[in-house]
Amino acid sequence: MQTNHTQEALIITNPNRNDHPAVQLILILLTFLFFAGFIFLPLGLVFAQAFQKGTALYLEAIRDPIAISAVKLTLLTAAIVVPLNAVFGVTAAWAITKFSFRGKTLLISLLDLPFAVSPVIAGLIFVLLAGSRTSLGSWLGDHGIKIIFSTPGIVIATLFVTFPFIARELIPLMESQGREEEEAAITLGAKGWQTFRIITLPNIRWGLMYGMILCTARSIGEFGAVSVVSGHIRGMTNTIPLHVEILYSEYNYTASFAVASILVFLALATIAVKALVEKRVHNQ
Amino acid sequence: MGYTVFYLSAIVIVPLSTLVFGAFRMDPQAFISTVTSPRVLASYRLSLSTALVAAIFNAVAGFLTAWTLVRYRFPGRKVLDALVDLPFALPTAVAGICFATLYSPVGWIGQILAKADIQLINAPSGIVVALIFIGFPFVVRTVQPVLSELEPEMEESAQSLGANRWQTFRKILLPHLFPALLTGVTLAFARAIGEYGSVIFIAGNLPFKTEIAPLMIMTKLDQFDYDGASAVAFVLLLISFTMLLVLNGIQRWQQKAYQ
Repeated sequence: MQTNHTQEALIITNPNRNDHPAVQLILILLTFLFFAGFIFLPLGLVFAQAFQKGTALYLEAIRDPIAISAVKLTLLTAAIVVPLNAVFGVTAAWAITKFSFRGKTLLISLLDLPFAVSPVIAGLIFVLLAGSRTSLGSWLGDHGIKIIFSTPGIVIATLFVTFPFIARELIPLMESQGREEEEAAITLGAKGWQTFRIITLPNIRWGLMYGMILCTARSIGEFGAVSVVSGHIRGMTNTIPLHVEILYSEYNYTASFAVASILVFLALATIAVKALVEKRVHNQ
Repeated sequence: MGYTVFYLSAIVIVPLSTLVFGAFRMDPQAFISTVTSPRVLASYRLSLSTALVAAIFNAVAGFLTAWTLVRYRFPGRKVLDALVDLPFALPTAVAGICFATLYSPVGWIGQILAKADIQLINAPSGIVVALIFIGFPFVVRTVQPVLSELEPEMEESAQSLGANRWQTFRKILLPHLFPALLTGVTLAFARAIGEYGSVIFIAGNLPFKTEIAPLMIMTKLDQFDYDGASAVAFVLLLISFTMLLVLNGIQRWQQKAYQ
């Protein structure tokens, strides 16, 4: 923080680097205008619409049994997805930053994949792989296991969409920390797991936490991929975002925005925690 | 290591290859006639053009925002900085219903636009609005770190050699920031091509007019036309992979520039 303040002071006292006050004012106003249109208005709208017909209707929409079952399914999905991706994220980041091996570049490129692949395609590939029409799907069906149009499908599609989040947070962090500490621990006789638990984990805990929060937010909010594999069975395979969509398409705007406001709260909480974690990392 | 490989195979590689092999197993004639049918071509054209317009808009808006947030001090800066991430954190479906409601002819913004006879809803321009929202943080978050780590000496020496503010910006700052800007814009563009949730509500989804490529896949799936859906998805996937390759190239070029 100290260096940041002196840097700030430098910028302010250094007229060469400062833009003309008029330019500054225009750019700041433009930024506020952009945020007003693209961030504040949509956020305000959600709450204005949600409470348009009073608090009673708002609470009713949230307490609706179908809404509650959507919340439960969404939380269940996140509870499965986040730990699995956390283990994957840590092992992948560990492998990428502390070892060199063949196929490392390929592994890193694969981490970019879900950002570039359309969520609809993410859902489609699992329908093609395990839908009731395929050999795998019918074999599973014979054994009483249903993946597509059921909870496992939703979980797997969400896994695909969110798998890189934690790894991508950890890689730059672990890279900047280098491997000296781990190497020292191993020379002193620590086993692999001990090294990880005592040295690596405390070093990466904030990054890991932030990655998990991002992963949670995304797995709660995923829409396209889940929409393909869910089959939209009310009270059964509807997640919160899908419930929002159904209410909206039924012109039940108040209820739709009421349920959406839960997601907005979660999004704002994610951002707040991110700011906190960044401050922590910065202070370290 | 074993876990990483197993996990990636189960979640990513095997499912994706199902799509690729499925597309190759299809009758080539059927494949080509599906992906070149006028309606599908129109959807590709729409997805690419709206994503491109949004990316260009974001190149400017994202750059200016990053510049303002890094260089200037003003009340509310930290709040704005944190809120840049909102499009990442907010579920796309929520963004979708927000924009559809804001820009509907009776909505907060739509009302004003209606007086000027502008309609964004059920029009490609509405799709662009949603894609700007989705892609905006990619540009800001890639430009921001590079901008804040720039050495002040560079600009000072340029200025002491007699360059004016605009010359310094164009000749010194912009070339330095350009790779990061390009990375951010490419990311935003790639994301926008595949975007679904935030677009479908505002687009109105009229065939030939406002039907995006991901929706085309969805429509074919709803009709149980799995082959058709795979064919459309395969081409979209090729476009995405090309974008990833371009991105990789940019990043390599960026690394070289810094060495």
